[in-house]
Amino acid sequence: MSRYVVKRVILAVVTVVIVSAITFFAMYAIPGGPFNSEKALSKEVITALNERYGLDKPVPVQYVNYMGKFIRGDLGVSLKTGRGVSTTIKEGLAISAKLGLMAASVAVFFGVVLGSIAALNRNKIPDRLIIFFSTLATAVPSFVLATLLLLFFCIQLGLVDAWSANSQSYVLPVVSLALYPMAYITRLTKTSMLDALNQDYVRTARAKGVAAWKVVFKHALRNALIPVVTYVGPMVASIITGSMVVESVFTMGGLGSKFVTSITNRDYTLIMGLTIFLAILMVAANLVTDIIYKVIDPRITFD
Amino acid sequence: MNNEIPKKNLLSTQIDLSKFALATEEEKRQQDVMSESTTFFKDGMRRLMKNPLAVGSLIVLALLIFTILFAPLIVPYGYADILKVNGRRDKTAQNLAPMTWSVNEQKYMEETGEKLFPHIFGTDDQCRDYFIRVIYGARVSLAVGLFASVIVMIIGLLYGSISGYFGGRVDLIMMRICDIIYSLPDLLMVILLSVVLDATLTPLIEGTVLKALGVNMISLFIVFGLLYWVSMARLVRGQILTIKENEYVLAAKTIGTPASRILRKHILPNCLSVIFISVALQIPSAIFTESFLSFVGLGVQAPMPSLGSLANAARGGIQNYPHKLVFPAMLICLIVLAFNLLGDGLRDAFDPKLRR
Repeated sequence: MSRYVVKRVILAVVTVVIVSAITFFAMYAIPGGPFNSEKALSKEVITALNERYGLDKPVPVQYVNYMGKFIRGDLGVSLKTGRGVSTTIKEGLAISAKLGLMAASVAVFFGVVLGSIAALNRNKIPDRLIIFFSTLATAVPSFVLATLLLLFFCIQLGLVDAWSANSQSYVLPVVSLALYPMAYITRLTKTSMLDALNQDYVRTARAKGVAAWKVVFKHALRNALIPVVTYVGPMVASIITGSMVVESVFTMGGLGSKFVTSITNRDYTLIMGLTIFLAILMVAANLVTDIIYKVIDPRITFD
Repeated sequence: MNNEIPKKNLLSTQIDLSKFALATEEEKRQQDVMSESTTFFKDGMRRLMKNPLAVGSLIVLALLIFTILFAPLIVPYGYADILKVNGRRDKTAQNLAPMTWSVNEQKYMEETGEKLFPHIFGTDDQCRDYFIRVIYGARVSLAVGLFASVIVMIIGLLYGSISGYFGGRVDLIMMRICDIIYSLPDLLMVILLSVVLDATLTPLIEGTVLKALGVNMISLFIVFGLLYWVSMARLVRGQILTIKENEYVLAAKTIGTPASRILRKHILPNCLSVIFISVALQIPSAIFTESFLSFVGLGVQAPMPSLGSLANAARGGIQNYPHKLVFPAMLICLIVLAFNLLGDGLRDAFDPKLRR
């Protein structure tokens, strides 16, 4: 067990380092720098700025310098706005984390409930309806869904206020973000629940007269949830990247939209900070998922 | 030799043949094999044809492909052309509703009595026929999906079969590389690589056929080639690991068949079904990725439309012209849904592990 964890942690660290290296070198391959804005700066000013931020040194040296600072927790300042990168991340994270956590909880809760209902009513009307809508939901791009929700509920019906400084309703963003993973979890839960219900231990439990609800919750569902747990890691990843789209449709200003603008601005330090931060988040989510998976399912061997 | 039935002992369990009668001709015929011999492919197709959802998606896809191939031959408008009436640019044809004509076109039709082809989906803000743009958008999106999936298939197939067939240290190293690529945050990398490739490739493809497609699409393919082959490679490797334990592979090895021939002739045909299923399921994900990139502004080169870029462009005027979002968005849903259902159907029909 501990060997497996150590191996996975090493792999995770290597992944983050590779992401940081790709990002760093890729960034410098993009023509144009952070100081090429509409206002033409004089050559001397640009040279001075480059010198100040260490951009005049060779790229590999810059990378080593950057990573050295990063490990000590110094993410530098944004080259465009001059604000600290860590402050920007904190601001964005406040919105993104809240949105992401709510969407993830909604997706898992409703996905498991709907999937179980579908499995327990196999081939009956509830099952057909649930599977029909969850198949449909996996076919809608999130920006289309978000735009239609915004149009319908904010503009046509006026039920929900659009996102602004003094009205921050998470309902629509959460719905548009949670729908895809929810549909996926529903289908996953249904399949594995059906599988679990056909197992010998469920038949045994029924045969010895265990109450029906107890068979479902204690015997079938607990085992059916194992594949769902493994989906949580990739789901966090899809929610983080999906939030990029939803955040910008609802103009929420979370991490995702900051990432997109940082790339168009060639804001090197902000790109690096955000990419590494998001990469750590995703790699950590996958790592934790894999370890939990092995802990909750004793049938899986450690190799 | 004595052919007579030996006398039965009292407590013997030996069968008493005198109690049996000869089978009649009719009874003998019951033993004949009535069904024709079938191949794996035929058997799978029969199962697939019994699945109404899969057949439905096949029909939808066939109709769709037929439409996007032949509609441009019938509709007299171009996807990049500003509408013209009598050879002059028609500025009144901006943002028309579906199935209507512009003021100038109506005047022209009244004067000449000639009936102009209707704008089935209306027109866009630059006076272009929207129907033909959606048709071309569907062409681009489907082509992107198919092509990206083929790239993924080729790379994944090569990588997975080498890793699985040789095993040992080669396999270990190749799979660690897979693990790392698998855990890269893919969409972040897609955005980053698209921006980088965009800038570096533009001068390279100047003046070639690739220019029309736009550098963003090429970078999308490269990104798919770099990142998305991993799950395909893992799948192929897993298949090969089980198949190569079979006796016929051992037999081929004993008579000195080279590894490449064993892979081509014995192993790959046996995992083809699994590979095709996963290609079918890869297409919708490529179409989604393309529409995501269009949303971020890294989609196809204007004026070339894709379903994603059309839907994204329509978000601006959503309050006044919701139909412009609805048409491409519906088509994305339809294509993705059809491929998903077809992939599911193929898996049910061809995946031997699900056989009961």
